[in-house]
Amino acid sequence: MTASHAAPESRPPAGSAPLLEARSVSKYFGAVVAVEDVSLAVRAGQINCLLGDNGAGKSTLIKILSGVHQPDAGTLAVDGQPVRFTAPRDALDAGIATVYQDLSVMPLMSISRNFFLGNEPTTGFGPFRHFDAGRAAAVAREQMRNIGIDVRDTDQLVGTLSGGERQTLAIARAEYFGARVLILDEPTSALGVKEAAIVLRHAISARNRGLGVIFITHNVQHALPIGDTFTILTRGRSGGTYARGELDAAELHRLMGGGAELEELEADLEMLAHREARGEEVPAVPLGAEADGGMA
Amino acid sequence: MATTSTAGGDTAPATGSERLRRTSLLQRILARPASGALIIAVFVWIVFGLLGGATFLTLRGTLSYLDVAAQVGIVATAVALLMIAGEFDLSIGSLVGFAGIVIGILVTEAGLPIWAAILVSMILTTLLGVVNGIIVVRTGLPSFIVTLATLFLIRGLTQVMTAFITRITFISIDPALISADPIAGFFNWSLVVGSGGERGELKVSIFWWFLIAALGAWLLGRTRFGNWISGVGGSPQAARNLGVPVARVKISLFALTAFSASILATIQTMTFFSADVLRGRFIELDAITTAVIGGTLLTGGYGSVVGAAIGALALGMARIGIVFANINADWYYVAIGTLLLVAVVLNNWIRRRFAGLR
Ligand SMILES: Nc1ncnc2c1ncn2[C@@H]1O[C@H](COP(=O)(O)OP(=O)(O)OP(=O)(O)O)[C@@H](O)[C@H]1O
Ligand SMILES: [Mg+2]
Repeated sequence: MTASHAAPESRPPAGSAPLLEARSVSKYFGAVVAVEDVSLAVRAGQINCLLGDNGAGKSTLIKILSGVHQPDAGTLAVDGQPVRFTAPRDALDAGIATVYQDLSVMPLMSISRNFFLGNEPTTGFGPFRHFDAGRAAAVAREQMRNIGIDVRDTDQLVGTLSGGERQTLAIARAEYFGARVLILDEPTSALGVKEAAIVLRHAISARNRGLGVIFITHNVQHALPIGDTFTILTRGRSGGTYARGELDAAELHRLMGGGAELEELEADLEMLAHREARGEEVPAVPLGAEADGGMA
Repeated sequence: MATTSTAGGDTAPATGSERLRRTSLLQRILARPASGALIIAVFVWIVFGLLGGATFLTLRGTLSYLDVAAQVGIVATAVALLMIAGEFDLSIGSLVGFAGIVIGILVTEAGLPIWAAILVSMILTTLLGVVNGIIVVRTGLPSFIVTLATLFLIRGLTQVMTAFITRITFISIDPALISADPIAGFFNWSLVVGSGGERGELKVSIFWWFLIAALGAWLLGRTRFGNWISGVGGSPQAARNLGVPVARVKISLFALTAFSASILATIQTMTFFSADVLRGRFIELDAITTAVIGGTLLTGGYGSVVGAAIGALALGMARIGIVFANINADWYYVAIGTLLLVAVVLNNWIRRRFAGLR
């Protein structure tokens, strides 16, 4: 298990430049170092899992890749060519679609209007060109169904949807508009087991269609089976990139900074189980068991 | 704000409709943002129909409250759109004064033909709207504060400029010039309809109001730009994330409110044959009131142009109704304050109960 900082050149179509890369990017918010000197590359037909504990800088990094933030240092490249994204529109136009951690949905707008916000289909000519509501509703319904949610009424306001349904909307939307790269920031955090499995399968099918996928999660069980490469972030800095098979769950936990806590938690739980078996008084809150909530 | 046409040919899967409670037509009508305004307007009409006696309900009464409603209604559409996009414009009243004075000065001092003065005034006023928008977008400050400042600035500078050029704050324009002008008629045309005591004046302002409201409703409900307006008001950051040109949307809407202020100013100037620096005072508050009665949220992201038009109607009926009912005009503000409060409570209740929002 050695950290191979170079991305594994062997598995994707060899020789081709990464679809999207960040080259030694840094981002500071005042005195806060959000991301410093981090590189990340995603290739066609590859899922890159981005891992790290809370506040590690994962969301900041993918916001740089999506054009939301401009890096204070370092550059971005698409197909090996340096680019500057001045706004998310630039990234979208380059075929990069993102599911943001906050989902970026409008509670007071309908499902179909949310789905197409910024990319509205239109019909009609000249001054009569208008929003094609019928097509928007049909596509939104179909895309949501593909990903496992039967929408009752596409005119329903998104504010009335459940958290998981909103997340599904954001994922279905990114999948529909992401032509080359799909960036998913904790897409399964609000999802049930079945729905999470569907989303993972969609990430895999996107990869099989030749897209590059960046997948952020706190859930090692979700990351391990689908990731081709794993990039670790700790406190804004790169903790290395690993190829599939170089890591197992325990090592991944340790690298994500939660290994020690998890072991402690396991030990605590084991001790409690022993005590309970012997009929002893069990404290309501075991000491040191403030478990990391990442396991959705 | 959603369209009804999308429901056509609904092929909801069985699993979906299982969870869908049957809703009556009435419930679906109530779920629309303008429904509260409609209830309020009908209520006001009934109240003043009873209090105002025969006159309020006659053709003459109807045409006179429609004209008063039109004055507010002409600016209310753009104000509602701007509020849905999450911004305010308090400076429109000052812009009405400015636009009228520009026409007056250009005609009386510079000797421009009426049509040219109108054109220049509209362009200058719209540019001031763009300036409002640019300041708001660039500084990121609340538009409430920025346009409160420009409210004072524009009114004050209009007064200074007028006093400097003409020495008085009121400019009369020769009616002969106006009636000879090829386009002035679009702003002061009117037609006496009915007969005997039933005679009323159908004014062109009413057509402007309907036209602007219809265009605004189309813009909001049926175009890409309309979708952007709702998105920008819902969350500017999220809208930007999805590729919406947030700054462009906001600046365009500030320009639109200023432009509609210049239309109102032109109508007033052409109708009264004069301009006055004090014209348009408090119209910004009237317009915000009508937008709120019409179901537009102060926090942005949700609202209705049709609702704002109906809100303007309620305002016009209250103002004229009080006159016809021989009630002391001082009660007008009491009536408006009550209406606004009732409307906000009603709209809030309707949103929770029928649109399913918390
Ligand atoms: N807009 C901002 N302004 C100031 N500080 C910020 C901003 N965005 C992020 N930060 C800071 O940057 C650091 C990294 O945040 P980021 O959201 O990237 O973490 P993360 O890895 O996505 O965490 P999580 O797993 O909790 O989502 C945090 O300390 C955060 O407080
Ligand atoms: Mg994050």
